[in-house]
Amino acid sequence: MELDPVILSRIQFGFVVSFHAVFPVFTIGLASYVALLHGLFYKTGNAAWERLAAFWVKVFAVVFAMGVVSGIVMAFQFGTNWSNFSYASSNFIGPMLSYEVVTAFFLEAGFLGVLLFGRGKVPEGVHLFAALMVALGTFISAFWILSTNSWMQTPAGVELVDGHFFVKDWAAAIFNASLPYRFAHMAIASFLTGGFVVAGVSAWYLLIGRDVEANKRALSMCMWLLLVLAPAQAVVGDMHGINTLEHQPTKVAAMEGNWETQSGAPLLLFAWPDKEAQTNHFEIAIPKLASLILTHDPDGVVPGLKEVAPDKQPPVWFVFWSFRVMVAMGLLMIAVAFIGFYLRRGGRLYHSRPFLQTLRLMSIAPFFAVLAGWFVTEAGRSPWLVYGMMTQQEAVTPSLTGWMVLTTLIGYFLVYLVVFVTGSYYLTRVIRGGMQPELPHDEVETAMRPLSAAHESLDDDASRTVRS
Amino acid sequence: MEMINLTMIWALIIGFGVMMYILMDGFDLGVGILYPFAPDEHARDVMMNSVAPIWDGNETWLVLGGAGLLAAFPAVYTILLPALYLGVFLMLAGLIFRGIAFEFRFKSSRNRHWWNIAFSGGSFLATFCQGVVVGAYIQGFATEGHVYVGGAFDWLSPFTVITGLALVVGYALLGATWTIMKSEGEVQEWAYRITPKLLIAVLVGFGVISLYTPFVDEYVRERWFDHLGVFWVFPVLALCCAALIWRATSKRLEGQPFVATLGLFLFTYLGLIFSKWPYLVPPDITLWDAASAPESQLFLLLGVLFVIPMVLGYTAWSYWVFRGKVKEGGYH
Repeated sequence: MELDPVILSRIQFGFVVSFHAVFPVFTIGLASYVALLHGLFYKTGNAAWERLAAFWVKVFAVVFAMGVVSGIVMAFQFGTNWSNFSYASSNFIGPMLSYEVVTAFFLEAGFLGVLLFGRGKVPEGVHLFAALMVALGTFISAFWILSTNSWMQTPAGVELVDGHFFVKDWAAAIFNASLPYRFAHMAIASFLTGGFVVAGVSAWYLLIGRDVEANKRALSMCMWLLLVLAPAQAVVGDMHGINTLEHQPTKVAAMEGNWETQSGAPLLLFAWPDKEAQTNHFEIAIPKLASLILTHDPDGVVPGLKEVAPDKQPPVWFVFWSFRVMVAMGLLMIAVAFIGFYLRRGGRLYHSRPFLQTLRLMSIAPFFAVLAGWFVTEAGRSPWLVYGMMTQQEAVTPSLTGWMVLTTLIGYFLVYLVVFVTGSYYLTRVIRGGMQPELPHDEVETAMRPLSAAHESLDDDASRTVRS
Repeated sequence: MEMINLTMIWALIIGFGVMMYILMDGFDLGVGILYPFAPDEHARDVMMNSVAPIWDGNETWLVLGGAGLLAAFPAVYTILLPALYLGVFLMLAGLIFRGIAFEFRFKSSRNRHWWNIAFSGGSFLATFCQGVVVGAYIQGFATEGHVYVGGAFDWLSPFTVITGLALVVGYALLGATWTIMKSEGEVQEWAYRITPKLLIAVLVGFGVISLYTPFVDEYVRERWFDHLGVFWVFPVLALCCAALIWRATSKRLEGQPFVATLGLFLFTYLGLIFSKWPYLVPPDITLWDAASAPESQLFLLLGVLFVIPMVLGYTAWSYWVFRGKVKEGGYH
């Protein structure tokens, strides 16, 4: 069997980046939540906020550490598997990715240590400031990455000379056409992820009757937040879709499973897109709805996949179904947010066990939505790596052979499996450990590593206090 | 002219970053390499505690160097990573395993044994791969334009295996002299005992590589023998450092062995750079061929000049906080 280095490299990059993306999307939302809790404590002096902040900052520390470990690999993937792309676009992506590193170091050197270990050691105002700076820093980090990605979707401000991109206009390249929509969509996604995880954990604490007062407050806050943000995400997503329709019509055609350019295009609830036959099987459709959503006119024209040759079309089936998973998760989140509002009005938000159980399950929904959304936008750009300018085939490392990629793909899978299993297992222990006050620690314990902010033992034999 | 200056500044920054990485991650990797040979579990606790608070700060230089290379000297990034493809994977796997072992060994007791293996195995693997990279760098890379055209295992040769093993011994020496500085009693005595043995092994490796290098690389041979007067400075200074290590260890001095070992590494590193200068991807690509566009180098320079003093300050501060001997029970 012939192993294709391009396909395997795509699978490898997809795997590594998906695994990595789960962590920052959560920490970005959680950092803002922690900053909010610190702000509330600073303003009201209510100890419940401080307890919540101290607990969630531990969770933040563990997830942040896992994000850093998985992120190191990302920094090398561009060179190992996509060296032609890295070389061609280095004038732009080099400084952009480096600025992300610079931001992360700035954040870690300046404020993360104070946030994680400063409680009781620095004035609460300074602690709050550190929390705000960490929250801001996570957004700045995300900005560089999303700008780079958006540039690959809607390239601007560069000139291609002898296969090498030269930046002619930094502002145009950085603030390219899809960045505002992608950034807003991801920022809200991060808040939704943080919100649903906090809501799910709070619901679990309420179900078992632990720290009821603090967790009622946490749950109440989250449900208000989700009530606003879940529908807002649908609106922003719609705007993002319209932006994509303008710049990457083929991607939208794949999302809709729309082969022919047509006015009054139907919305497909179910279909089996078949790229070989260039058609769909088993369609269940609502007439004119796709045109209405995309052009805000029931008779608007929606471009079809057949506008481009089959070898310039993305993997339609994958994009089509990823999009449906994302939308389904989004609708589910909106429904849960509204049910929560309804229960709150009846005074049953904290007592309805079926609802609290639902919230527990829902804490994983945003992760599925985020990954599915990225599958849509990344696979939907294919076969292009830099849209309209460089294909994946041109971008891959020339010296790479299929078995080399397969070897490292299996290798990264095994390494990440260990990291993920250990990290998740430890995270559940931190959450089970709950919000009991921390035992006093050794004075010298100001180690700056994120994970040393959490003290739960990894297995049952180690006592909580020994060397923790 | 402006471009030359920017490129030179970047060469200094990257060169400085790589040196910082070798010196700083070198001793904590060395501690991991010595782990299986430590006399007992108590010694292992002390050794791990001596590097636990600072090791990840040491690794920031690797990330900064990697990202900086892509931005300032993309040809290096896009030739070396494909050429070292499998070696890079092994190095990353080693660094990751050892990173999580740092975090979880102290949080675990029943499975501590497994974390010990992850820590020492990961340290050994990462170091060996880095040594192989040095050897592969001396050998040079098969390129056409800015594209690597060699095979999957060009980086693995008898020469690179020797450089790999030499770096393992070298980092172990850094780890041993670091342990001397940070420990007391039996652990320190053990470190004193192994230091001379490691030093001899390092010098043997040093000699073999020096004799071998002119045969794998013609450019270096010409350079060395054409500029004898200048180039012998570095090996001579390195040998002086070796003598200092020997003397300080037999006198049971605490700080000097480590400082002298840093010197040994520094002069070896400088010697290597000057042997290859101005080639950044031997044998064909110079500093200036590998550079990115001047506006890109300038754009990033602003941020880096801002963050490097911060990283240095933060590093100095954390070393200051954790100065002195490892206390009983550790920093954790």
